Amino acid sequence: MTHDPAPVLVNGTPQPWRDGLSVAAVLAERGDPREAVTTALNGRFVPRNAREHTLLAPGDALTLFHAIVGG
Amino acid sequence: MTRQFETNDPWSPAGQRLASRLLLGSAGYPSPAVLGEAIAASGTQVVTVGLKRTLGSGQGTAAGDNGFVAIVRAALQANGARLLPNTAGCRTAHEAVTLAHMARELYDTSWIKLEVVGDEYTLQPDPWETLAAAEQLVRDGFNVFPYCTDDLVACRRLLDAGCAVLMPWGAPIGSGQGLRHRDALRTLRERLPDATLIVDAGIGAPSQAAQAMELGFDAVLLNTAVAKARDPVRMAGAMAAAVRAGRDGFIAGLIAPQAFAVASTPVDGRPFLL
Repeated sequence: MTHDPAPVLVNGTPQPWRDGLSVAAVLAERGDPREAVTTALNGRFVPRNAREHTLLAPGDALTLFHAIVGG
Repeated sequence: MTRQFETNDPWSPAGQRLASRLLLGSAGYPSPAVLGEAIAASGTQVVTVGLKRTLGSGQGTAAGDNGFVAIVRAALQANGARLLPNTAGCRTAHEAVTLAHMARELYDTSWIKLEVVGDEYTLQPDPWETLAAAEQLVRDGFNVFPYCTDDLVACRRLLDAGCAVLMPWGAPIGSGQGLRHRDALRTLRERLPDATLIVDAGIGAPSQAAQAMELGFDAVLLNTAVAKARDPVRMAGAMAAAVRAGRDGFIAGLIAPQAFAVASTPVDGRPFLL
């Protein structure tokens, strides 16, 4: 009996995992403009130039942030 | 003719020469247009911004804040000003360090307002987590502007860690209570004469901003007092004037308070007693 791999969490929302899924691929599928968001994987910063080769494992949590006003 | 004193009195937080000593937060304004006008009216050269977890799909992420950040960027370009992103919402050093790196990428600046809160009710900064984050961020090449309390020893530790500037609170964020511990702030100024010190948070009135400057603080950072005023643009101008007045008062030198009256008119004794 086989189990489906655990989904990845993108800002807390489950999304199917697949082999070779990169941070860049998640952003592209969401339609996020490249420079409009910044990313962290499991609480660690993933710089723009590392998005292509940073791969997600089942159960990983990807968090995206964007610019807002602040005090 | 009124003699105008041009306050040719620049300051240089983290090596950046600035003329304005008022830093302005960008949150809570009624509209992007009012925010833009308030920035212009304040004459500020440093505006704080934040980061937020992106909700939903990526469509429209860039304008997910209804255009406020675009207004800030445009206003700053017109003004030659800088962004100061914050780490609001962080509760641990690890969170704050991660968010600071994200802010540096998103806003393309190494300046970071380090905020690590230790109490939910007062939003009081956590001195231990703030220091741990500051040490790491300085190693990572940031110019760290920590939001801190007025505790002298904690402030000294932050300076020792290499923070460019310290930002002690006047009162809890958004409270408008003014300088709750004026004596502690005075001590901080006296004991850290070479540090760049900005009173951040708690300022509710122009008079309170002036008080901070009269104590010899280098600048004031405020947000809510302007954003939530009935007329934010006018209040931005009032705060700018208060900061200038307080700074000029400090430079001019305040008289020492006396316990009793000291006659100001130079009469000899009483006029009808010859």
